[in-house]
Amino acid sequence: MQFVQERFNYLFKSTKGLILVAIAMIALETAIFGLLSGPMAEFGVRDVVVGALKMDLAPAEREGRIIILYHSIAMAVVAIETYMITGLLKMKEFYRTAVRALVTGGYLMAMVFGMGFAYWGHSWPLHGLYIAGLTLVFFAGVVLVVALWPWRAEYRQEDTAYARTKRGVDLERVAFFAAALTTVVSAGFGAIPGSYFGNGFRAFLAENIIRYPEKTTMEYSIIGHLHIMLALIAIMLTLIVGRRFDFKGLLHKLAMPLMILGTIVLNLGVWGVVTPLEPVAHMIIYVGATPSMLAALCLVIFGWDKLIRTGVAGVPKPTLRQKLGALLRDPLKFGPLWQMVFMNFTVSGVGILMAVRLDEIFRVWPAREERIELTGHWHILSAIVATIILLYYGDMIGLKGRIRKLYGWSIIILSNLAFASGTAFEMKRLFTAEAAQQPLVNTVMLLVDFGLGMLLVVLALVMIWRLLDLFKKKGRWKEEAGHELSAEVGG
Amino acid sequence: MKRMLKMCWLLGALLAACGSVDLDAPIPVFDTEVDSQAWASVPAGEFLSGQFNDPVTIDHDYAIMVTDVTVAQYVDFLNAALADGSLEIADGQIVGYYSGDVFTGVRHEVEIAAGDYLIVPLDDAASRFAFDGNAFAVKKGYENHPMTNVSWFGARAYCGYYDWRLPTELEWEKAARGSDDRPFPWGDDLARNNANYYASRDPFEDMGSFGSRTSPVGFYNGRTYDSYATLDSASPYGLYDMAGNVWQWSGDVYEGMHYRFMRGGSKDTYEMDLRVWVRNNATPEYYSPGVGFRCAREP
Repeated sequence: MQFVQERFNYLFKSTKGLILVAIAMIALETAIFGLLSGPMAEFGVRDVVVGALKMDLAPAEREGRIIILYHSIAMAVVAIETYMITGLLKMKEFYRTAVRALVTGGYLMAMVFGMGFAYWGHSWPLHGLYIAGLTLVFFAGVVLVVALWPWRAEYRQEDTAYARTKRGVDLERVAFFAAALTTVVSAGFGAIPGSYFGNGFRAFLAENIIRYPEKTTMEYSIIGHLHIMLALIAIMLTLIVGRRFDFKGLLHKLAMPLMILGTIVLNLGVWGVVTPLEPVAHMIIYVGATPSMLAALCLVIFGWDKLIRTGVAGVPKPTLRQKLGALLRDPLKFGPLWQMVFMNFTVSGVGILMAVRLDEIFRVWPAREERIELTGHWHILSAIVATIILLYYGDMIGLKGRIRKLYGWSIIILSNLAFASGTAFEMKRLFTAEAAQQPLVNTVMLLVDFGLGMLLVVLALVMIWRLLDLFKKKGRWKEEAGHELSAEVGG
Repeated sequence: MKRMLKMCWLLGALLAACGSVDLDAPIPVFDTEVDSQAWASVPAGEFLSGQFNDPVTIDHDYAIMVTDVTVAQYVDFLNAALADGSLEIADGQIVGYYSGDVFTGVRHEVEIAAGDYLIVPLDDAASRFAFDGNAFAVKKGYENHPMTNVSWFGARAYCGYYDWRLPTELEWEKAARGSDDRPFPWGDDLARNNANYYASRDPFEDMGSFGSRTSPVGFYNGRTYDSYATLDSASPYGLYDMAGNVWQWSGDVYEGMHYRFMRGGSKDTYEMDLRVWVRNNATPEYYSPGVGFRCAREP
């Protein structure tokens, strides 16, 4: 009994244990449901899986299934970020415990019951429990907002190396607070139309209505919701990585106001799509996205500079090669920041190109091609977020030596290969005609599948190792049970 | 250095995989025995439209082609229309007159003013017809394949030439679905030998080189071709290829947008696009090896 209780306490009461459970759940879900689409469907694997697991995939319910699938994974990612925030920032223990309990129960319910409803026949009690799970995650967000309130005296930032107001308000905490608050509000932009469409079970995917000139307020709300939630997940992760690096100094003082401003303006722009401001909403969004991205750039500069300085410490006059070596020495430190930079090639750059040349290029192509770009675009952003989490996870569990390098570089190289190939697939119409595209499609899809497949294998190996570790009396889990992320900041 | 060489080899192998495509590779020739001149009658009345089965009434009887317009049929039209001046050649393409859309200036809307517009291109290697400067001819083996590489203007011109028209989206959907809530023209489930779609393993595709190609109209009629057995995949009104093979232009022109809508999915799309309610759209001058059409008329 003690054996079970100790493991349970580690998995559901410690920060690292909670993160491990959430990553394992996402890995499991990805491994199973990734077999149902794309090349797996082409190879006939999907038919085998559907038959073996007795899934019920009615063609008319595809959009609803996908929406639940996205949400169940997103809830687990939100939970991971919540664990990290509650592990990194100061807050009252009551709030920490409440937030973690709510978000854990919520994402597990959303994931298990949601997927049960979506893929194994429509059992209405399961749908109710799925909605209850989402609601718990929402309330976890509300409590987190309260817990993060930055104007309490005990949360004042006394160290002048960090961004703070004259009265000592910690601007980094304000940035976390702004992101958490706007996330909770923006969730409503999905929940309200979700109730409207979901209760009538008229689910739709935003990419399928993008070209219709007349959209209802509810449809705009859905489109705004999916964009902002992903952006906020990315903003929150940037802040988390910054805290991990102990981001401070001049760049921190520059970045935090930019991040706060960017977060608020970005949200106002997205919320504006359901108001008469809709015609200028995109412009507001660009205005908001720019300072957020500049803030991320400040973090990258700070982080890489820190890696280089640390790496060449003691070397009198380091050469460029030595500096580069220092930068690349530890993939788990270099990786999260590199992925943020890489995102500009595969997500931001593509998005800007689409926005600037939409009518001249992208809307000359059929809607289906535009759909590929849109879905590819945010799939890649989601996956980049996932890889940053995995890199941080590798760091926090203390991978060492060759395993550390192998794990880190595998994630970086395999994911970059997959994302670059995915971007080439999205943009293929720019450089190949439809009739001649198949060899290119085959090549890039092979690279995407190889990259993501091998990445999942690496993740599976880590998960198996962690599972086996749980059976050891004095395994790594024992060490991690007492560790808190805040104690590892800057290490 | 060894590592670098290995990387170079891998890169070379990958680039080699992106080789050119033989668009004129030999294609199996089958007679489906489905009459491409045939029409099906669809009565006025209610049917369930869209993914959510909304009851919709069509208030008139109409007839719609049993198959897509074939390359042979379209080539006959091109020769006749070029000879009588209905169409002309300009800038390396066949063009024809269109009276224009009502332009409302909605965001992203492009004005389609009265004028000459692309019917079919003359220089596209993916076209299944040839033009020797005087007359059009069908490329060998494609006589009974659906006409592709034809713009919305080209589809409309063909139907209009014979005093027919393109079906509206609703007409198309009712003809595909009948009066129940089936997702596919033949019923509830999709098997690989129901339709020509992406990686459906039909005799016309080679995913290692040119990818998917069109199949003859009416191919999925329950017959066995060599060793390839098809399922009879006609719609309740007896139409073939209402899912897969080629997207089909519909005739609706909607206020505030210049896009024209297509239905049915194609040889290049996954099965999700084969569901009867799925819509695709493109500019009216768009043409593709995966887009064709069929006509409708009054009964």
